[in-house]
Amino acid sequence: MSTQTTVIEAGSKSTSAVMREVWAYRDLFMFLTLRDIKVIYKQTVLGFLWAFIQPFFSVVVFTFVFGHMAKVPSDGQPYAIFSIVAVVPWTFISSSISASGQSLVSNLNMISKVYFPRIIIPFVPVTAKMVDFGISLILIVAGMLYFGINPGWSILYLPIMILLMYLTAAAFGVWITAFAIQYRDVKFIIGFLVHLLMYAAPVVWPASLVKETYPVLWPWYGLYPIAGAIDGIRSVLLGSTINWDLIGLSALSTSLLLTSGIMYFMKRERYFADVA
Amino acid sequence: MIRVENLSKQYRIGAKVERARTLSEAVGSFLTSPLRNLRRLQGLTSFREDDEENVLWALKDISFEVNQGEVVGIIGRNGAGKSTLLKVLSRITPPSHGRVSIGGRVSSLLEVGTGFHPELSGRENIYLNGTILGMRKAEVDRKFDEIVDFSGVEKFIDTPVKRYSSGMSVRLAFSVAAHLEPEVLIVDEVLAVGDMAFQKKCLGKMETVAGEGRTVVIVSHQLDMVRNLCKRTILLEDGKKMLDGASADVIDSYLNSAIPEGVKPLFEVEEDSEMDIQIVAGRVLDAEGNLCANFDIYDKITLEIDYHVRSKIIGPTLGFEVYSGGVVLFASFQSDEQSNNSHQYDPGSYRCRMRIPSPLLKPGRYYLVFSIGVPRRMSLQRIEQALIFDVEMITKAGAYLSYSADRPGTIAVPIVWEQWP
Repeated sequence: MSTQTTVIEAGSKSTSAVMREVWAYRDLFMFLTLRDIKVIYKQTVLGFLWAFIQPFFSVVVFTFVFGHMAKVPSDGQPYAIFSIVAVVPWTFISSSISASGQSLVSNLNMISKVYFPRIIIPFVPVTAKMVDFGISLILIVAGMLYFGINPGWSILYLPIMILLMYLTAAAFGVWITAFAIQYRDVKFIIGFLVHLLMYAAPVVWPASLVKETYPVLWPWYGLYPIAGAIDGIRSVLLGSTINWDLIGLSALSTSLLLTSGIMYFMKRERYFADVA
Repeated sequence: MIRVENLSKQYRIGAKVERARTLSEAVGSFLTSPLRNLRRLQGLTSFREDDEENVLWALKDISFEVNQGEVVGIIGRNGAGKSTLLKVLSRITPPSHGRVSIGGRVSSLLEVGTGFHPELSGRENIYLNGTILGMRKAEVDRKFDEIVDFSGVEKFIDTPVKRYSSGMSVRLAFSVAAHLEPEVLIVDEVLAVGDMAFQKKCLGKMETVAGEGRTVVIVSHQLDMVRNLCKRTILLEDGKKMLDGASADVIDSYLNSAIPEGVKPLFEVEEDSEMDIQIVAGRVLDAEGNLCANFDIYDKITLEIDYHVRSKIIGPTLGFEVYSGGVVLFASFQSDEQSNNSHQYDPGSYRCRMRIPSPLLKPGRYYLVFSIGVPRRMSLQRIEQALIFDVEMITKAGAYLSYSADRPGTIAVPIVWEQWP
């Protein structure tokens, strides 16, 4: 007989108690993530190729519209490769945000029938999307080989930038999941939110454009978490100047967004079954 | 061991909506509706002192203790707070006041197969469902062969669950649940859904669990199951603990308090346009089609049910249970004789007639429960004590002694006797 005791009371749990529970349920997190990975391409013809096709066609369209027609500057690089290295991480962030909005629907039954630390829910779709991201890195490698890009030593920073990208997506995911459970307005918001977020981030245009056009705004631009993640990945892959000030501020705003999101989520999670 | 102290839970019920009387009021209320909605949605989880009237106390000041190895049943009418208590004990919803402490590893089963994904194989679902129920991967690894054996679906273990028959997936799901090894088990009666064989397996497994010195709390409508499994029973009424004691005593006084004075040959239910399918009325009829609540043992008894279908629905089935003295004598479903229940119902009104053969029911009082649902998936409506009627032995009193109420046996069946010199 174990000495474990479960206490059920009104009010929120302590952070350390939640951390212990998350650790105890780490296998569930793994299997939920595996579920999301396995299920997404079931009964499709192209399967994992989709992870490839989506960013590929975005790049084709962007290169034509923004690169050739609108002549958007691309920091001296061919527009196609300039766009590939940003569209791939952007696809990860945007699909994580959309998946977070739906994670309520796909886990509603579990929430109302069984207890587990709910905080793992928003991290599941984001983690599962990392597989797609990994696959679409092939697109980046192919593009870099084709355009003969040598990133140099700065590529060593890539893992840090990917971590920043993951945390940014998770921060948005936590907020969206917590809102989506009580306010069904979220499903209407996500569609255009993703568009707004993309045009606010240096995806189709270079971050240097902000510096030139709005020099006053530039020191604050990093407050937008996605800006640092996208610009960071682009600069380490293309071997261009790394805007550490921008990335540093984004890292800070991402951690604020994530911590506050987790705190808000934990305050709300006990009531999910009541309001869902 | 479980200790429940002064447990209360409140829910917010919908506040009254004021109707607009003029166009300008309507426009005004349309424009301010987002604000109202926001307040309403926030209000779902915040409670102020001043609006007691919009608050429903699903549980009020409940205290009890369950000792190690004890098996306790929790009974009560619909809305008495059984499900809420179950959800609080399972940590699905928090209490508003009070405290529960549970010693030992807890598992709660509100349904079997939570989290099953149709696209995943049986193997993948065993791991997913097992970890959802709180097992570690290593634990599932260890029990995997046993789980597969118990379920009897070895051949299909790598087939997606969507290709399984519903019986197979229920067996697999139950098999995972049956291999949990909690010290404290909290179960809902949903475990008793499914076919008879499955129900028996459920009950058998629960008895083993109880026999192994584990603490079990069962929440159920099925009084005969509670009577069989639990020594002690707690009766809830309007969110309060009414009785707590030996199962036989509690169940008997529950039945006595629950028995309405007379018989009830018809019932009507208020229509609810939200329900896709709903039983709206029912009657007990004699051979001439007149309402009747007092039958002779040889009389033909006909049940009649009216129901509405409001939007297309696939595979629903009507059912009824005949209770006598708190025990289900038998149950019947419209789909009993159909192997494949995927009939689609178009919107409209339907009427069903069910004939109960005679003689079958011994003299006594019978209670009927009607339900409508999709087999093994969901129960949509359940009407307790919908109809009540008496059966007496009038026409042939004394001639057939085995049919009389004071003879052993619960049913009256004519048996053909042949004899040779």
